[in-house]
Amino acid sequence: MQQRNTLRAGPDERGHFGIYGGRYVAETLMPLILSLEKAYAAAKSDPTFVAELRYYLANYVGRPSPLYFARRLTEAFGGARIYLKREDLNHTGAHKINNCMGQVLLARRMGKKRIIAETGAGQHGVATATVCALFGLDCVIYMGATDIERQAPNVYRMKLLGAEVRPVTSGAGTLKDAMNDAMRDWVARVDDTYYMIGTVAGPHPYPAMVRDFQSVIGEETRAQMLDATGRLPDSLVACIGGGSNAMGLFHPFLDDPSVRIFGVAAAGPGIATGQHAASLTGGRPGVLHGNRTYLLQTRDGQITEAHSISAGLDYPGIGPEHAWLRDIGRVEYVSATDQEALEAFQLTTRLEGIIPALESSHAIAYAKTVARDLGPDHLMVVSLSGRGDKDVATVAKSLGDDALTRGGLE
Amino acid sequence: MSRIATRFAALKEEGRAGLVTFITAGDPDSATSQSLLDGLPAAGADLIELGVPFSDPMADGPAIQAASIRALASGASVARTLDMVRNFRRRDGLTPIILMGYYNPIHAWGVDAFCEAAARAGVDGLIVVDLPPEEADELTGPAGAHGIDLIALTAPTTDDARLSAILGGATGFVYYVSIAGVTGTASAGREAIAGAMERLRRHTGLPVAVGFGLKSPAQVAEGGTLADAAVVGSAIVQKVADGLDASGRAKPGLVAEVLAFVRTLAAGLRGGASPL
Repeated sequence: MQQRNTLRAGPDERGHFGIYGGRYVAETLMPLILSLEKAYAAAKSDPTFVAELRYYLANYVGRPSPLYFARRLTEAFGGARIYLKREDLNHTGAHKINNCMGQVLLARRMGKKRIIAETGAGQHGVATATVCALFGLDCVIYMGATDIERQAPNVYRMKLLGAEVRPVTSGAGTLKDAMNDAMRDWVARVDDTYYMIGTVAGPHPYPAMVRDFQSVIGEETRAQMLDATGRLPDSLVACIGGGSNAMGLFHPFLDDPSVRIFGVAAAGPGIATGQHAASLTGGRPGVLHGNRTYLLQTRDGQITEAHSISAGLDYPGIGPEHAWLRDIGRVEYVSATDQEALEAFQLTTRLEGIIPALESSHAIAYAKTVARDLGPDHLMVVSLSGRGDKDVATVAKSLGDDALTRGGLE
Repeated sequence: MSRIATRFAALKEEGRAGLVTFITAGDPDSATSQSLLDGLPAAGADLIELGVPFSDPMADGPAIQAASIRALASGASVARTLDMVRNFRRRDGLTPIILMGYYNPIHAWGVDAFCEAAARAGVDGLIVVDLPPEEADELTGPAGAHGIDLIALTAPTTDDARLSAILGGATGFVYYVSIAGVTGTASAGREAIAGAMERLRRHTGLPVAVGFGLKSPAQVAEGGTLADAAVVGSAIVQKVADGLDASGRAKPGLVAEVLAFVRTLAAGLRGGASPL
């Protein structure tokens, strides 16, 4: 399937990355998926579309985002030089808007008037509601009832932006259930509705399309690191739920063998507890939400719930390109626990004055684990995929006020 | 000849359309579900779709979603679904059974081993909602090798180019999903169904069953004037839900009431005459 000299040519024409990906949807949706694929192929080779996207990324989203040398984190970790790719500084506070901006321009080209999306932590929901406000489109966000409770500020933001937030009570009321309901909405409103998937998952062409829109992260990083140090980074680290910020950072470096790549999944209270969101470690290949990939599931093929302190990583699957990159060994998939993420959250806040999202805190936590062994000549880029303001209540609940008055770090 | 082909040939001879009934295996519990399954032919079901419960039934509306949750909570599984078919086959060797569900449980079992086990249990066909022809290759071979029809699904959104691709290799019968939507919600109008049937018949000589949105005896009767069979799912499954007590257990009389409803559906297709 792949051209011999590149790992960046996938997927094949049927949307497969090795055995992963594909288009596992009801027949009713197949014609839509095929027309979306055509529309996207036309858009990405149209200079007008490319220029329009570039305009909004620069002037509305605020790109390029800085690549910031984190001096004090580097000192604290005692090894590799840590650079933070500051996706938290994008408009709406996370990488999600890169993808939403691309997709909303595509939806407009396709003449769609109504946008639907699923959201877990609410970051993709907020980014979707934002671009819908910008272009005057109807917006419906499906969000699990459990997540609505733990991400209240984002729910209110979406409503302020004019979106309708529909609570999803099926299943455990988290991201996978929200995705089920979004797909049910889509199949019933095929004529006027565009489904804006927020991660590198779903039926083809979504995994490739979302990756393309997020690849601006890695392309900028490459140029910025060359500019700052005259060479490529030695490693990349990003957190993974569905895996869109990771895929966006990794993809432009897949053909550079000198660059080690780490994807950090959420281990919840620990992989050994069985309560986690690390489908590449604790799951096996299956089919859900339109693609074949690694899934947390029972022996009988029932999907099980993921567990993480971070709502944005709380998903039982992972993008199919990650599944493929794992199998071929190009990316090293590891994990960080809730506890490690909480520690990294506090450390980054105290040492750098940056409150990272709990999702991104998993990546920082893993950087801390390996930085010392990699040594001081090692250049490591950590994706700071989002800001952590939304998580302050969750962190307060986990740590209690005591931890703050004691200083938290020690 | 397969049970499905035999049954449709018999229906043609009788000069009427068939009734296809759907229940979810293991809903609300394994014994009640078995009684329902066993009672369906006498109540007028000509073919039976047996739903394989799945945790994430994306193409289903609230009624069948709830049935799946009840079934899984009662311990339903793919293996137990096949047990139900095996038990059914001890008393009924003629009524076709089509398993309906999602791909992951089949994938998890192993496609080839599943087809073999299903055929041995007495399954005649498979409807896999999230497996369009583009991805069906790995199931088509094993299903065919074990004599199981992989039932083709078509929808209002399927254009002519796709129809010929989908129906080219179809076997058993063709399932027409009459609305763009999930199960048990909106209903298609007579003209829309009639137009679709005309289009389908240009591409296939197989019998066509129409489903999604048929709830009442009148709708079933009308569907029967247009297609070779009418499928009722959510409305039957809702009757199961109506027969539960506050703690979710089957009340006495649940099976009788559900089967009585199936009789009214069958009567609609037989010009008012109740079956048997």
